[in-house]
Amino acid sequence: MSMNNAGREASASGASGINRRIDARRIRAFLELVLLVANRACMLLLVCAFALPFAWMLSTSLKTLPETMIFPPEWIPDEPVWSNYAVAWRSGPFFTYLLNSLIVAIGILALQMLTIIPAAYAFARFRFPGKGLLFGLVMATLMIPAQLIFLPVYLMLSGWKLLNTHLALILPFASSAFGIFLLRQSFMQTAEELIEAARLDNAPEWKIMLRIMAPLARPVLVTFALFSFISHWNDYFWPLVMTTNESARTLPLGIAKIRETEGTATWNVLMAANVMLAVPVLLAFFAAQRQIIRAFVYSGVK
Amino acid sequence: MPAILNRLRPYAMIAPALVVFSLFYLYPIGYMIHLSFHDWNFISPVKTYVGLNNYREMLADDTFLQVLRNSALYTVMTVLLATGTALPLAIWLNRKSAFHAFVQGAIFSPHIISLVSISLLWSWLMDPEYGLLNGLLHLFGIGPLQWLNDPDTALISLVIVAVWKSLGYNTLVFIAGLQSIPPELLEAAALDRSKPWTTFRRLILPLLSPTLFFLVIINLIGSFQVFETIAIMTQGGPINSTNTLVYYIYEYGFRYFKIGYASAAGVILLFIVGALTLVYFRMLSRRVHYR
Repeated sequence: MSMNNAGREASASGASGINRRIDARRIRAFLELVLLVANRACMLLLVCAFALPFAWMLSTSLKTLPETMIFPPEWIPDEPVWSNYAVAWRSGPFFTYLLNSLIVAIGILALQMLTIIPAAYAFARFRFPGKGLLFGLVMATLMIPAQLIFLPVYLMLSGWKLLNTHLALILPFASSAFGIFLLRQSFMQTAEELIEAARLDNAPEWKIMLRIMAPLARPVLVTFALFSFISHWNDYFWPLVMTTNESARTLPLGIAKIRETEGTATWNVLMAANVMLAVPVLLAFFAAQRQIIRAFVYSGVK
Repeated sequence: MPAILNRLRPYAMIAPALVVFSLFYLYPIGYMIHLSFHDWNFISPVKTYVGLNNYREMLADDTFLQVLRNSALYTVMTVLLATGTALPLAIWLNRKSAFHAFVQGAIFSPHIISLVSISLLWSWLMDPEYGLLNGLLHLFGIGPLQWLNDPDTALISLVIVAVWKSLGYNTLVFIAGLQSIPPELLEAAALDRSKPWTTFRRLILPLLSPTLFFLVIINLIGSFQVFETIAIMTQGGPINSTNTLVYYIYEYGFRYFKIGYASAAGVILLFIVGALTLVYFRMLSRRVHYR
């Protein structure tokens, strides 16, 4: 009925028809705005599912112990208790842990650079018998996780008297199949003429590799470095297995151990320790979000 | 003379990497298989050859069968949830704007944090008495749930943590896959007035299948190796309801010092990971073949 009416009125008077069309456009624009806002609101809700746990960690780290034992829980402590951080820091040799974490993560990265750059260069730029087989061998190790070989490697390192040393945490990761794979891709894309020109100038091969190829592959090297550093900085499994002595243990192990020294239910101190472990990484992440995401997502995109 | 040196050069360049891989990846696998046929407590100077006894003992052990079941259940649930929800999320969030980048960054953030942080944080969130999760459920009049303390819900609780951690990564890999689809194809589909669902099923899904496949395999292999959350949050309990393969190997190796037995369990894990890897490379080569 009303549709009919509307049609008749519109044909009766041209001017009001135009008005109506404008109205319809306005209504559509309004609906689109509502949809957009609803869409964005849903996305913010999704963000909450990831931000709230971190906010809860921060909130707990500033509470007194009795304040953590309120149900239903409250978000804002009466007065922020900063001393939780000091208690957490003093509960173990955290300076040693921190130093060990840095030594291990940087040591691994340095050795990886030394081993993956020449290997990737050889796989990308030389022809030699057995190349396919050797590359296959490298790629096969990409699929062997630390969780599979920790027991035999532990026995080997124990035989070499290397347990409880930094070397036990560094040497097994001194090269990276993933790094070789990434870098080889990048080296293969470098223009042939550049290398030919350098060879005509009688530049030695190592100079071509370090002075021409490596700088050109810098974005890939940075990507890989971020991936490697963050992965080993965070690692819990390997140092747990290879060390028993506090002097060689790393930050994640130290944080996990607070549960034993300070008691399992001292959540305020535990969360303070957790903030110290997680927040630097989160800050780095938000500072270099695009680079870090690319570093981790790279392997998924062919 | 220089000619020979030139020929040897590529081998010399690969050698350091190959030494590391052979010493710490390939040799240990052979060593582990060797150990699995022996009985050894790590201290005694002799390793006794026992043939297949370790395997026989293991397959007769009810705990081991439960561990296998737990691992399989955990893996299937994690992979289904973490990849199944990531695809619609990726389609929803696939836009290049500052706001979208922010949302993507937020859901990705757990992926770069240590599993120690995540395990401690979620132990606290799932605390049955004062945890935030029960607090939120309380608003809706539900609960309190026992989460990690109840054998019936402990494994699912760990799955929730795993999904929370890997959802962002999976979504971003999907988004990268979506963005590699040539826009002309999508424009052509739009010009043909193809319905969104048809476009998705006939165009996007087939083009995305390598990404989907990659993610499923990576998640499968990753989930079978779960260790950190279990070691920190449940220690395999309550009553073995969250005991999974790597934790089982770890306990037999480092708590009971049954090196041969733990190695045999390691060989089983090797077979599972190896089979998944083979399937992956098989499918990859087939895809290349048909193109």
